[in-house]
Amino acid sequence: MKSLFFFIFLFGGLLFFAIGTLGILKFPEVYSRAHSSAKCDTLGAILTLISFCIYNGFNLVTVKIVIIIIFIMITSPTATHIITRGYYEKKEDSKNENI
Amino acid sequence: MINFLKFSVIFLSVTVFFCMYRSIKGPTIADRIISINVINTKIITIIIAVSFIYHETYFIDVALVYALIGFTASILISKVIKES
Repeated sequence: MKSLFFFIFLFGGLLFFAIGTLGILKFPEVYSRAHSSAKCDTLGAILTLISFCIYNGFNLVTVKIVIIIIFIMITSPTATHIITRGYYEKKEDSKNENI
Repeated sequence: MINFLKFSVIFLSVTVFFCMYRSIKGPTIADRIISINVINTKIITIIIAVSFIYHETYFIDVALVYALIGFTASILISKVIKES
């Protein structure tokens, strides 16, 4: 039972990592690449780390991994949002200067 | 079960190389920082998998510090983009 849940979460996470990497390679512009990288950052990393928690059992190491999961959940969409907003504002400024 | 951990490390390393292609070739600077941010998340996962393969628990602290430093770096570089 434990190994079944381990397989499901691990391969789900690796599938999301593969899909996010494919999107980063093939999508045409910055915003769609940011969308695909957010998939890779949140769902892929969180599912894979949950599978490592199931592999380990309940321990002090599991508590540390849960802290890393909460930190990734907070910071990684924030970083993608700030990068995309910086790019958008820079683009708007250059457009106004041209006019 | 440890063979699946080794497989996940190799798979994530291959996807890191694909992201590195985008970060070298990418037309704008935002593409490069987005792909480097993804590489950062993948390396955190790789460090934790390697810590389970080698049975060394102190690698988890390394992964925690790596996550903190990566977040700070991407925030600072995005501020540099906005002001340039």
